[in-house]
Amino acid sequence: MSATLRHAGWVLRGNPITAVAATGVLLLAVLAIFAPWIQPYDPIASNVRNALQPPSAANWAGTDQLGRDILSRLIAATRLDLAIAISAVSISFAAGAVIGSLCGYAGGRMDRVVGRLVDVLMAFPLFVLAMAMVAALGNRVENIIIATAFINLPFYIRFARAEVNVRRDAGWVEAARACGDSHLSVVLRFLLPNILPAMAVQISLNLGWAILNAAGLSFLGLGVTAPTPEWGIMVAEGARFITSGQWWLVAFPGFTLMLAVLCFNLLGDGLRDILDPRMRT
Amino acid sequence: MRALRAVGRRVGRRLVASAPALLGVVVFTFLLMRVLPGDPAVFFASGPNAGQEEIDELRRVLGLDRPIPVQLAHYLYDVGTGNLGRSLTTGQPVLRDLTERLPASLELTVTALILALGLALPLGILAALRPGSLLDHGVRLVCSLGVCVPTFVSGLLLIYVFYVVLGIAPDPTGRLDIFAASPPDITGFLLVDFLLVGDMEGWRAAAAQLVLPAATMALFTLAPLARMTRASMLAVLGSDFVRTAKSIGLGRGRVVLVYALRNALLPVITITGIVFSTMLGANVLVEKVFSWPGVGSYALDALLGSDYAPVQGFVLLMASAFVIVNLVIDTLYGIADPRVSIE
Amino acid sequence: MIPPLLQVEDLHVEFATRRGRVQAVRGVSLDLLPGATLGIVGESGSGKSVTAYAVTRLLDRAGRISSGRILFRDQDLTRASEGDMRALRGGAISMIFQNPRSALNPIRSVGRQLMDALGAHQDLSGRERRDRALDLLRDVLIRDPERRFEAYPHELSGGMCQRVMIAMAVACDPALLIADEPTTGLDVTTQKTVMDLLARLTAERNMGMILITHDLGLAVQYCGDVAVMQEGQVVERAPAATLFRAPRHAYTRRLVAASPTPRSTVQDLVGEPPRPPPPPRPQAAGTPLLLEVRDLVKRYAGFAAVDGVSFSIRPGESLGLVGESGSGKSTISRLICRLIDRSEGTILFDGQDVGGIPARDFHANPLRREIQIVFQDPHDSLNPRYNAFDCIAHPLKRMLGLRDGAKLRARVEECARRAGLPTELLTRFPHQLSGGQKARIGIARAIAARPKLLVLDEPTAALDVSVQAVILKLLDDLRREEGLAFLFVSHDLNVVRMMCERTIVLQQGRIIEEGDSRALFAAPCADYTRELLAAIPHFDPAPALAG
Repeated sequence: MSATLRHAGWVLRGNPITAVAATGVLLLAVLAIFAPWIQPYDPIASNVRNALQPPSAANWAGTDQLGRDILSRLIAATRLDLAIAISAVSISFAAGAVIGSLCGYAGGRMDRVVGRLVDVLMAFPLFVLAMAMVAALGNRVENIIIATAFINLPFYIRFARAEVNVRRDAGWVEAARACGDSHLSVVLRFLLPNILPAMAVQISLNLGWAILNAAGLSFLGLGVTAPTPEWGIMVAEGARFITSGQWWLVAFPGFTLMLAVLCFNLLGDGLRDILDPRMRT
Repeated sequence: MRALRAVGRRVGRRLVASAPALLGVVVFTFLLMRVLPGDPAVFFASGPNAGQEEIDELRRVLGLDRPIPVQLAHYLYDVGTGNLGRSLTTGQPVLRDLTERLPASLELTVTALILALGLALPLGILAALRPGSLLDHGVRLVCSLGVCVPTFVSGLLLIYVFYVVLGIAPDPTGRLDIFAASPPDITGFLLVDFLLVGDMEGWRAAAAQLVLPAATMALFTLAPLARMTRASMLAVLGSDFVRTAKSIGLGRGRVVLVYALRNALLPVITITGIVFSTMLGANVLVEKVFSWPGVGSYALDALLGSDYAPVQGFVLLMASAFVIVNLVIDTLYGIADPRVSIE
Repeated sequence: MIPPLLQVEDLHVEFATRRGRVQAVRGVSLDLLPGATLGIVGESGSGKSVTAYAVTRLLDRAGRISSGRILFRDQDLTRASEGDMRALRGGAISMIFQNPRSALNPIRSVGRQLMDALGAHQDLSGRERRDRALDLLRDVLIRDPERRFEAYPHELSGGMCQRVMIAMAVACDPALLIADEPTTGLDVTTQKTVMDLLARLTAERNMGMILITHDLGLAVQYCGDVAVMQEGQVVERAPAATLFRAPRHAYTRRLVAASPTPRSTVQDLVGEPPRPPPPPRPQAAGTPLLLEVRDLVKRYAGFAAVDGVSFSIRPGESLGLVGESGSGKSTISRLICRLIDRSEGTILFDGQDVGGIPARDFHANPLRREIQIVFQDPHDSLNPRYNAFDCIAHPLKRMLGLRDGAKLRARVEECARRAGLPTELLTRFPHQLSGGQKARIGIARAIAARPKLLVLDEPTAALDVSVQAVILKLLDDLRREEGLAFLFVSHDLNVVRMMCERTIVLQQGRIIEEGDSRALFAAPCADYTRELLAAIPHFDPAPALAG
């Protein structure tokens, strides 16, 4: 274990951007876990007399139309936004990896049908699909998670399928069968562990995408509802005040959103570079 | 000639193949809307104290009291005959609502795509030709940042900078200033219509309204396009056949344009299709930010108002758009790559 | 005294890698007279291809000529401008590459690519270029050139692509042609056509040729002089015949010995005294056959990859299966190993019908451990996430039920020793091991469960010739000591002759000829077998068929 950590440390020193991104992700995690102790004010306590104040020493990110401290709301929202993204991605990763690798290994008609379906789904305006799903299932956080997981699913299926496909005829897969492993055991004990590093990259990239999707949905008024602090809603509420010049209502949640996504994306890119230098872009 | 015929066959096959996909979308949206929580009969009854009788009457009028398969059959028949139902909020047939608003969405999306492609292709190619240069690092930075900024944030920030602070952009609501005269409705595309009637002042006004939303959307799609162009160009430049082209003494221009670029554009064609699809979805967000009277904001209003028919119509429209886009992409790909005709 | 066409003086090439600079070529000096042919022979990593790319200055971005001179007609190419190089490439110096299919532009018709090559150095009208391109296609023996002109590379066979590549290379009558492994990956008969074509064209047009190859036989047969490279240096250069008869350098001697010839034995390859062939086991009437295959058929989507094949193997016997690509030999090995299902026919192992057991259930059958397989690519056949110990332990855990512990460790170490793998390497992962070491792990894994039949699917095809020699010797020893039966699949006829008592020749899924190895190679009956034998490049001047 310590050898793995040492190796990770060595790798991060060689990739400063990845190191910064990893630190950012770590910071987000800390914020999410310790939010109630870190936030300076109560994120939902309104104070109308102190409404729409620009950033100041007391309220570093200013206050919103109800006089709530934006910084506290941002910190409180970290937990919800990360939770949505992580649960959605976990669901689609688990389902997608298994479905994808089974299809990729089995091949044949079933695989072609699933492959075609996934291609069709991926080319479809997925955000529209997510919108329709949340609207149909009900305006609740669970449904944002389900919708986000659903629109992430085709990517994982496709990815796992492709990764397994290039390996299914590898000598070591046939060798495992010659050594007495069943098909199922080959997929679960040989192929899945081998595609996990590549999938990790995908997870990191998809977390960013999932955050964007969830925030987009709540921006439209789907899913999370006010007064719950959430980055997308905060932007939506601030949007009404942008033309009158109160930029901080939009800018701070916007930048937080952007930074969070950036960290996950850069971490994903960095992981990919480390795992497979040929895919460097 | 042989190639053209192959492309024709391919298009035909794909058209046939997309029919079940379309049907699937129709059924899917129907079922999805059926499980919507809000009961539109209650919603559109006269008010909270409407009697049960009135609600039942509305149900019967709306056909909600019949078994679901029957409702589905009716719905399919209606879709087949071009009857997408009536919007309960606008009171108009959905088909008419959609056709009225579609040009606004298309004008925005196509302008954004042209902007994005016009920037992404040259940037990606130049970055790949000089890997490690300042330009390359710049392009990579833009790509990394571009995918991280949600359209609704970048749109609002653009409004703040160009409308509030600098004051050079017009009021960011709608396609045209409310005091400006609209052109006659010829194609529905304002830029085209103004050109057709020769009203250059109107054209400039419409263009000014369009710049910010289009730029917002282009910013978002620039990144994946430039990234793919750069990666694919880099891969092709390192390929065996480019080495062959150099080994027979072809000039650099010919190597880059004829041998590298044509091959590098193949994956870009595919990604353009996906990007266009994404833009159709992102439209909803951008249209909300800029109060753009397109199909996206129409569907969103209906969605929030538990109005079945427009949402179904909108998803159906998106599905058809997606089929058409895929067909176009497929055709382009078939023309560009002789290898696809063998399968 | 004629001035040399090309003179390479003390060439050094280095590559920038993640682990710092690596010297790929370290002080190579070569020269070539106009119209002469030089073979550069070496194993992987010897720097032979890098030398060639340095001459045409087509090294990839990471590579750099660090010192030395390359004089072509008295012009120093290391100092030439990019514009000068462009004029020389194709016009005076041409190249032919490995993997002909990927060397051609996939979305441009071959005719257009030929016209491009012509237009690069000659001022011709479109009409003239087209006519010249058609002439060139005819010159490289492409039938029906008008039709092929419009073809794309994916519509042509590998051999045809390579001929198109040759046509492009000679289009502008260069004075020097550099061929980098031009026939690697092609079947032996195709190799002969391509090489004969190259030899004829260079002779007719008085071109100098440098042939880069790992195949000593090929170099000796087609080149006047041969230079042997090892670790970035030329260790010996001599006229082809001399080099083979009287190699001076120790490495050359090893290389010559390790290259199979029509008469060599496995022991010759590693320079050991010959051993008598394995004593024939008592073949009393009624000795049960270990493996009996009758009318085996395997169809893929209506196409019969294996089309009615019957053969048998006695216990301890070695049967060779030779054929070119598409002959069905790999399919047969997987059918016998019960990794895929047959379409028709019977497979009897030890008298039991195993052909009827679905491949997906065979893993649980007690006979699973009796039939084991060694795969073609040693790297590809090892799970990247298993170290050597895990790889060898895997079959022991699965099929013998050995759990972790001293017993398992002892068994794994014993298998490693039998396969000649030092036990201290057992903790290493595949990417930390050489090709030969990985091949040994593959063998150790296959013999771990003490099978009765070992299927060897081109076990040495991916290895350098000196490593191949050692592995073949190992396999031969194992068979003698353990009484294993072999089904030895290979495209290399010499290897099969050395390793097997009986040989089957396959073509397009059918058995063409079958018989005792020595007799079959000495006096083949089928035309196809004769053609195959004649196509093997051999540096042995004595006729191969004299026997």
